[in-house]
Amino acid sequence: MGLEAKLNGDGFFVTKLDAVVAWARKNSVYPMPMGISCCAIEMMAAADPKYDIARFGSEVMRFTPRQCDLMIVAGTVTYKMSHVVKKIYDQMPDPKWVIAMGACTSSGGMYRSYSVVQGIDQFLPVDIYVGGCPPRPDNLLNALIQIQDKIGRTRARDFQNLKLPELNVIQNN
Amino acid sequence: MELKELISQKLKDNFPQVELEFSEYRSEFNVKLNKKFINPICKLLKEDSELEFLLCEDVTAVDWAKRKNRFTVVYHIFSLKHNFRLVLKADVDESDCAIDTVSSVWKTSNWQERETYDMYGIKFNNHPDLRRIYMPEEFEYYPLRKEFPLLGIPGSLSLPKK
Repeated sequence: MGLEAKLNGDGFFVTKLDAVVAWARKNSVYPMPMGISCCAIEMMAAADPKYDIARFGSEVMRFTPRQCDLMIVAGTVTYKMSHVVKKIYDQMPDPKWVIAMGACTSSGGMYRSYSVVQGIDQFLPVDIYVGGCPPRPDNLLNALIQIQDKIGRTRARDFQNLKLPELNVIQNN
Repeated sequence: MELKELISQKLKDNFPQVELEFSEYRSEFNVKLNKKFINPICKLLKEDSELEFLLCEDVTAVDWAKRKNRFTVVYHIFSLKHNFRLVLKADVDESDCAIDTVSSVWKTSNWQERETYDMYGIKFNNHPDLRRIYMPEEFEYYPLRKEFPLLGIPGSLSLPKK
């Protein structure tokens, strides 16, 4: 079964380093739970034993951006909050991915209003948009699987010579 | 004596110079008054031992857009003693967009008045800390005024760089 079946011969197999790294990377995606409003409840439900995000190697929700690969933005992002979201995104180490979870995050949703950002793609590079208000946990898992597919297609040289973003440091009073 | 009569009687006795309008709508008792007397009237309603309106539930405003006195500031106060809610209303015109604070009477109204200032631009005289409470402090508009567009004014709120 599994790896043992492959190793029953001479005990080695040939592959590309890129493939091994991408395989390891995609099966240990650490999410940054950016739970801003009600979608966060469904994100927590995805982590419970019924939906069990651990099956995909993403059970380690780190509450520090410095250990994360994937930011799940779950909730309504207001203009005031957008600076906080961006600041946390900037603190995540490269390579990193973003899921825009739910209608509010993807497009402003039902908050067609002066205070809500009409889609976080106005200031973040979003990889997957998840529809729904809120999306069911299965839907979030589907997004995670798609992110894994995307990570699986990467090669090491994709991340070489990445330009560091220009940091906009604001001193708070 | 019924409580509504008691309230109107007390107000008339203590403020004979103020023009007061009493009305009732959907079992809520309304008192319309001149904005100059809002602070002493609130003080009386709170401190009178027979009334004891100890709770200031809400301070907000109404924008009538084209009316002569453009705004109405509305106070919802509640008496725990009588389980009775009273609505105070005071007209404020745009040319003199200010009213005295009642935060010296009820400390709760400090933030409620800040919210009203944030959303309608009505200034509260003698308020201890009149800053915006929801919108960023550098924001220049008043979102709940009728002329403010639903989606806001493009570029008035900053977004982080992509």
